Amino acid sequence: MSLNKIFRNTLLVIFAGFLLSACAVKSTGKLQGDVYTGKDTVEYLASGVPDRVFFATNETVLTTASRETLRKQASWLRKNSKINVVLEGHADERGTREYNLALGERRANAAKDYLMTYGISGNRISVISYGKERPVDSGSNPLAWSKNRRSVTVKAN
Amino acid sequence: MKKVIFLIYVSFFILNWGKAWSLIEVDITRGNLNPLPLAVSPLSVDQKSKEKFKDLLKLEDIGEEISKVVENNLRQSGLFNPLDPKAFLQKPDIAHVKPRFEDWALIKAQALITGEVKMIDGKLRVEFRLWDVLAGKEIMALAFTTVSENWRRVGHIITDKVYQRLTGEKGYFDTRIIYVAEEGLKTSRIKKLAIMDQDGSNTKYLTLGNELVLTPRFNPTNQMVTYLSYFKNLPRVYLLDIETGIQEVVGDFPGMTFAPRFSPDGKKIIMSFAKDGNSDIYTMDLESREVEKITNHPSIDTSPSYSPDGKYICFNSDRSGYQQIYVMRSDGSKVKRISFGNGLYGTPVWSPRGDLIAFTKLHKGKFYIGVMRTDGTGERLLTENYYQEAPSWSPNGRVLIFYRETKSDSAGKGFSAKLWSIDLTGYNERMVKTETDASDPSWSSLLTD
Repeated sequence: MSLNKIFRNTLLVIFAGFLLSACAVKSTGKLQGDVYTGKDTVEYLASGVPDRVFFATNETVLTTASRETLRKQASWLRKNSKINVVLEGHADERGTREYNLALGERRANAAKDYLMTYGISGNRISVISYGKERPVDSGSNPLAWSKNRRSVTVKAN
Repeated sequence: MKKVIFLIYVSFFILNWGKAWSLIEVDITRGNLNPLPLAVSPLSVDQKSKEKFKDLLKLEDIGEEISKVVENNLRQSGLFNPLDPKAFLQKPDIAHVKPRFEDWALIKAQALITGEVKMIDGKLRVEFRLWDVLAGKEIMALAFTTVSENWRRVGHIITDKVYQRLTGEKGYFDTRIIYVAEEGLKTSRIKKLAIMDQDGSNTKYLTLGNELVLTPRFNPTNQMVTYLSYFKNLPRVYLLDIETGIQEVVGDFPGMTFAPRFSPDGKKIIMSFAKDGNSDIYTMDLESREVEKITNHPSIDTSPSYSPDGKYICFNSDRSGYQQIYVMRSDGSKVKRISFGNGLYGTPVWSPRGDLIAFTKLHKGKFYIGVMRTDGTGERLLTENYYQEAPSWSPNGRVLIFYRETKSDSAGKGFSAKLWSIDLTGYNERMVKTETDASDPSWSSLLTD
């Protein structure tokens, strides 16, 4: 391999890195595939315990990041055994209203089931779906939709 | 809500009703690019009655106002072209007794509506006639007596009679729309149940906006509404008596009940019940309160709608992996998928004529309102937009009303929600005027049939 080639590749990598960082500065959050990974809309139940998880379009499957968030919520709930929570399931605006109500319910229940597998009693968790009725971001774009496809854990007492 | 008693006395009916010699005829089965030109002569009112109505209703000329209601209805239907009254040569009172057909033919009117308004014993009496200008004959004559406050409805009933006489099908003008009135930010929208006449008049708000309400639907007699309310943050199906204002919860199960509709006999409510991440379809008998589970599948089953004979149910399910439309018998047996085109399908609604199912389709980032036969064949998309959904049929099965939302930025700027209607032909797409933003429209049946 010639030195020349290595030099050219290095330049390319640097250039690509520059492009990427330029993008990252502009963006307010991130989309990985179809799932929101940004932290900017996430509030905290307690220090280090994010309150929400995000979903891909039409999906109710928990991502790796979502499972990590829910494990943190479970360990916090174990330590604070007097606190009950409501899981609020939401959908983005790109679906019919009635189907989205069902989808939000399914998402919140996916989060509930995961908390239960980590030892949190189902009696402490209630579930409500808002469908597409309560977006956090009013934007009509893929990033806004990804922030709105969520299940939020809220203290009930 | 104040009970309004509506009285109609068909006092004389009928000279030559239904005879075959009428030359005018309107074909409503195809898109009508040449609407029938006709003249709605202002209804004549004698001076004494005019003064009385003016005191009572604050209307300068009640005859003219009723004519305007008729004219507007006919124009909105897309099938008729009401001519400008400024071009009319004959005086309303004379035209009503003996039209000079040459004068009306001269301005190219093919049909003529004339009438007379009187106050008799404090009531409103309206007599109207429909004339075939080319044949030079009267083809219909009717009279109504009602309470004066119902004057707009008289205009709607006249339109229904004219529409039926000229198209051969029942009209849809003496009807109401129930819908959700929307205000405020997209992120914390305030929603109220609202009801209005089909032409956007007489809007009344039925809830205060303290809780989120969605998807109201009429029962067959238009006295009751079933809808979803988040009262006390518990999403449940409710029943509202429009006249008394009494609300009651009907789907109080430990979970969420939603997507309600009445059965065609009005005795049951069919709805979705979601629990533990699974939505199935249930019915509740309103008298016995007996609950029956209709679908039993680990997928989302929602948006159920009965066929008009009550024998079948169409619904929305993602059991294939994505939202599609299914039909089953009303006991839940013989489930069959009927939508097979590209994209996702939702909100199926059975036509009151029984032959078609209207739906929302999502394909490649666009939303469509369409119709297909009940076996899934003959899919026809009527309108495409950024976002629109939830069609509801006019009682004669010729028009669909639905809602449409616009794009917005992250601050919610640019957002609006409006009601729209379109003919089954795919023509005559129109925004339906509402006082506020609006969604989830549901069309009543004819108030007087």
